[in-house]
Amino acid sequence: MLNSKTPAGPLEQKWTEFKGHCKLVNPANKRKLEIVVVGTGLAGASAAAALGELGYKVKAFCFQDSPRRAHSIAAQGGINAAKNYQNDGDSVFRLFYDTIKGGDYRARESNVHRLAEVSTSIIDQCVAQGVPFAREYGGLLSNRSFGGTQVQRTFYAAGQTGQQLLIGAYQALERQVALGNVTMYARHEMLEVVIVDGKARGIIARNLVTGELERHFGHSVLLCSGGYGNVFYLSTNAMGCNVTAAWKAHKKGAYFGNPCFTQIHPTCIPVSGDHQSKLTLMSESLRNDGRIWVPKKQGDARRPNEIPEEERDYYLERRYPAFGNLVPRDVASRAAKERCDAGYGVGTSRQAVYLDYADAIQRYGKGEVNKRNLQGLSAAEVTQLGKDVVKEKYGNLFDMYEKITGENPYEIPMRIYPAVHYTMGGLWVDYELMTTVPGLYCLGEANFSDHGANRLGASALMQGLADGYFVIPYTIGNYLADDIMTKAIPEDHPAFVEAEKSVSDRISQLMNIKGKQTVESFHKRLGKIMWDKCGMARNEKGLKEAIVEIQQLKKEFWSDVKIPGVVNEMNPELDKANRVADFIELGELMCLDALNRRESCGGHFREESQTEEGEAKRNDAEFSYVSAWEYKAEHEWQLHKEDLNFEVAKPTQRSYK
Amino acid sequence: MSSNNMNLTLKVWKQKNSQDTGRFETYQVKNVSEEMSFLEMFDILNEELIREGKDPIAFDHDCREGICGTCSMYIDGKPHGPWQANTTCQLHMRAYKDGDTITVEPWRANAFPVIKDLMVDRSSFDRIIQSGGYISVNTGNAVDANALPVEKDKADAAFAAAACIGCGACVAACKNSSAMLFLSAKVSHLALLPQGGPERKTRVLNMVAQMDKEGFGSCTNTGACEAVCPKEISLSNISRLNGEYIAAGLVSEK
Amino acid sequence: MKWSEFFTSSIGKKFVMGLTGIFLVLFLIVHVSINACIFADLPIFNAEDNGRMFNVAAHFMGSTVLIRILEYGLFIGILLHIVQGYALTVKNRAARGVGYAVNLGNRGSKWYSRSMGLLGTLILLFLILHLGHFWTKARFTDQLSPVTYNGVEMHDMFTRMKDVFASPLVVLVYILGCISLAYHLAHGFQSAFRTVGVHNKKYNILLTSLGYGFSIIVPLVFALMPIAMHFGWVA
Repeated sequence: MLNSKTPAGPLEQKWTEFKGHCKLVNPANKRKLEIVVVGTGLAGASAAAALGELGYKVKAFCFQDSPRRAHSIAAQGGINAAKNYQNDGDSVFRLFYDTIKGGDYRARESNVHRLAEVSTSIIDQCVAQGVPFAREYGGLLSNRSFGGTQVQRTFYAAGQTGQQLLIGAYQALERQVALGNVTMYARHEMLEVVIVDGKARGIIARNLVTGELERHFGHSVLLCSGGYGNVFYLSTNAMGCNVTAAWKAHKKGAYFGNPCFTQIHPTCIPVSGDHQSKLTLMSESLRNDGRIWVPKKQGDARRPNEIPEEERDYYLERRYPAFGNLVPRDVASRAAKERCDAGYGVGTSRQAVYLDYADAIQRYGKGEVNKRNLQGLSAAEVTQLGKDVVKEKYGNLFDMYEKITGENPYEIPMRIYPAVHYTMGGLWVDYELMTTVPGLYCLGEANFSDHGANRLGASALMQGLADGYFVIPYTIGNYLADDIMTKAIPEDHPAFVEAEKSVSDRISQLMNIKGKQTVESFHKRLGKIMWDKCGMARNEKGLKEAIVEIQQLKKEFWSDVKIPGVVNEMNPELDKANRVADFIELGELMCLDALNRRESCGGHFREESQTEEGEAKRNDAEFSYVSAWEYKAEHEWQLHKEDLNFEVAKPTQRSYK
Repeated sequence: MSSNNMNLTLKVWKQKNSQDTGRFETYQVKNVSEEMSFLEMFDILNEELIREGKDPIAFDHDCREGICGTCSMYIDGKPHGPWQANTTCQLHMRAYKDGDTITVEPWRANAFPVIKDLMVDRSSFDRIIQSGGYISVNTGNAVDANALPVEKDKADAAFAAAACIGCGACVAACKNSSAMLFLSAKVSHLALLPQGGPERKTRVLNMVAQMDKEGFGSCTNTGACEAVCPKEISLSNISRLNGEYIAAGLVSEK
Repeated sequence: MKWSEFFTSSIGKKFVMGLTGIFLVLFLIVHVSINACIFADLPIFNAEDNGRMFNVAAHFMGSTVLIRILEYGLFIGILLHIVQGYALTVKNRAARGVGYAVNLGNRGSKWYSRSMGLLGTLILLFLILHLGHFWTKARFTDQLSPVTYNGVEMHDMFTRMKDVFASPLVVLVYILGCISLAYHLAHGFQSAFRTVGVHNKKYNILLTSLGYGFSIIVPLVFALMPIAMHFGWVA
């Protein structure tokens, strides 16, 4: 039976109650307790730093060459917090409510409320660390609005908020390294969890420079290893993002929660050809001013500027007059797909829609004319004024677009298309962020907990830092307090030996296949299956086909993959093979989960469950639960359900018309 | 639009590991489209090499959107290649034409030893940060974020310095292999904010001491670092660092 | 921080370079002003001066106690600048064990900013020659003919200049010395101020412009002296 260990009492008292009554570890004992942290993004770096500050002995691992390079760094837009600095009616409750509703009522109320509660402390902590958030002329912090909310609660640092927050956490982490509380292992990849007497007690990691396998003991293990969007091959994730750490834990007994919940971001630069290795996000903020359209005529081959106004279909404004271009991410993405599938797509691939700034440029140009009281300007001069304003607001994004596509977005509408961006699913955790394996915790994007079926913009950064700075320091004590008498387990313990052997056997097996096809080619094929059949729209037939295809792909992978080089040296292809092998298995589980969930909710759209107008239709009677999958054997999982009870935020059908 | 019409010659540094002396290898890459990124061109070359049973080229890369600072190729004599304010991963093949020969080397500096091929070890940057590139505030100690107003111009300048991605192009470009632009960006970021005040003096002294220990050269203000910096970190940060260091060093009482 | 730590750190060493550089810039102002006195002989001013103004100025510099003390300071400054400069150049070169096959060259910086060691060496060679021509002669030998103004006897440096610059080869070497100095200053002037910590953008722009002006005008005036002497523009 799944026990979420949610404290009793009224929702807004639960966290206070927990903190007031959880077990504590005294400082002298903390020094004797070792904690392994895998991943150094916002969740991992903040957790390692915070635990080091408390006096625990921390070992932190990342596969990158420095903890500062984790993919949290690429987050653009901002971080939410219920500070209500704008006096616009924000509160902890509203942030909680927006997050639950944005997640389409598939998240656990208690976790989300705690997230909203600690959100304000995150901003305080980051500012104290020197994170240079945007400020007003009075010297106080600036806020902007983001999708899915009606208040301004997003704190930001230009379009590089993730970078600035990660550097803040990284600096805190390096400070603990300098103080000797944290030992950092960069260019190391975790390849197995070590379990002793039913508890997580360490990991096996591969030193990516020398190829050696290393054993690392910890009284507990924290997985902060990010999301698994790269299962689709093409996504906005970094090339190295992978599911391996979480997947190893899953196969050792940690349940996987809601694996099919993936977020497809509507505004990304479209695929340009088979060579494409990754996709680039254009911040959601662009939809504040840009208008999205396709031609009214199918297969219209004219250049965008040659298509007259009356022959353009501003389909979001047409379908959703109330929210227009600012509908939530899942809705905007599906609408773009619908148009392209119907033959209205633009660009050479026909898999793109236009994001047009011509109107905004004119509007801003005229605004400047009024503001500066200019007279007798030509149309070209007004346009130039407008372009200047747009440049000031979005210049870095426009530059990025031009570098990638070679087109000038000030002159030609941008071509955009949805792309995989974030995974709401992840390892199932209880209120204390512990997985179903005792002593094994999961933080940040790697867990399933806070975003339900759809994440709101600017909430990922909030969750990563909440988990690391303000949740785990309390909850881990509750577990470790009972472990103070446990001595460090020597690394020649049979469990370590066996775990290492299983890793090295698997590596040998991979290396000995000596087949014909490259790792990359398998990854691409997996991605195509996932995108076509478990992507923006899913149906029973497709998912069933996908499962068969993935099982077939797995067989082929394990009999025909070609990995160059040797084991005992740096071998990026071997690293990649390890990851792709896990993605293939995950892909199957995602399809299984999507197949099981015969409703549409958030990012999960089952074609069988839609309204007459083609909108997503949730089925609360049958599916108001978290799917937590237990690994049994190859191709075999058992479903456990955690029922979701909404005591405060009562579910309603979302509408943006 | 996608015309795979370029054939290129690549001269790439190959080095088995840090002990190996290394050498240039020449490769032919065919059917390159101008829409590819520079790293995608390497992906394609590597796929080909693997299929032919040859050793692929190791290079560092991760986010491929110009922010993580992992990619680090010295292309035809310029860190991150010919475009201004750009990282290797954002360089696209539009910058080249059919028949071009491109020479690709790793970052060169004693403080950045080559690990393999085009990959170098930049952990010296981490150690510089460890020596003081932070504000010592334990989690939970913070006062309300708006309790301390910061002059907007200073906050903006601090942000501009904090935009550094730690890629090391400044070191690679500098004739002295100096890390001063990297270091000055961090010192400036923290010195410009009131939160950084209490540790302002010890921070700069310790960080410079660590930089010297790592074997970077010293700054002669040539400006090459600023010219190649993908985030356009200003040279004036180095001047600020000098001022901070001199003031701290001369007034320190120990 | 101990003094030894401060002055052996990379920035401490550069601080010494910057300070001595600024000190030498000040010296150049004095030197060029004194030398410019020869132009008092130009027909447009006073063709009858016959080097008197210059000789008196040179005598003042050589006979005033305070200036003689400053002279020691100057030599210490030059020495420090040279020793530290070479030490830094060697250390900086050593920071890159394996070089590049293709260099960044002028795409990132001006050639003269990367050649301060070379330019400094050329200036040093010139300086040795120059001291040999004038300073050692005046200070340590009796080879210079005397001249008396208002009852005060002094060296006739003006005539010495005429003698030295009679050789076209010497004039050429002096011009090359001045060109080296110009490029050394073009980078060194503004760099020295950056090194001692001037980071205000407004001032940096001002100092850079000032530096370019200085590096053109001062060496030009210096170079005009041998030329003027050689071609007899001043009697």
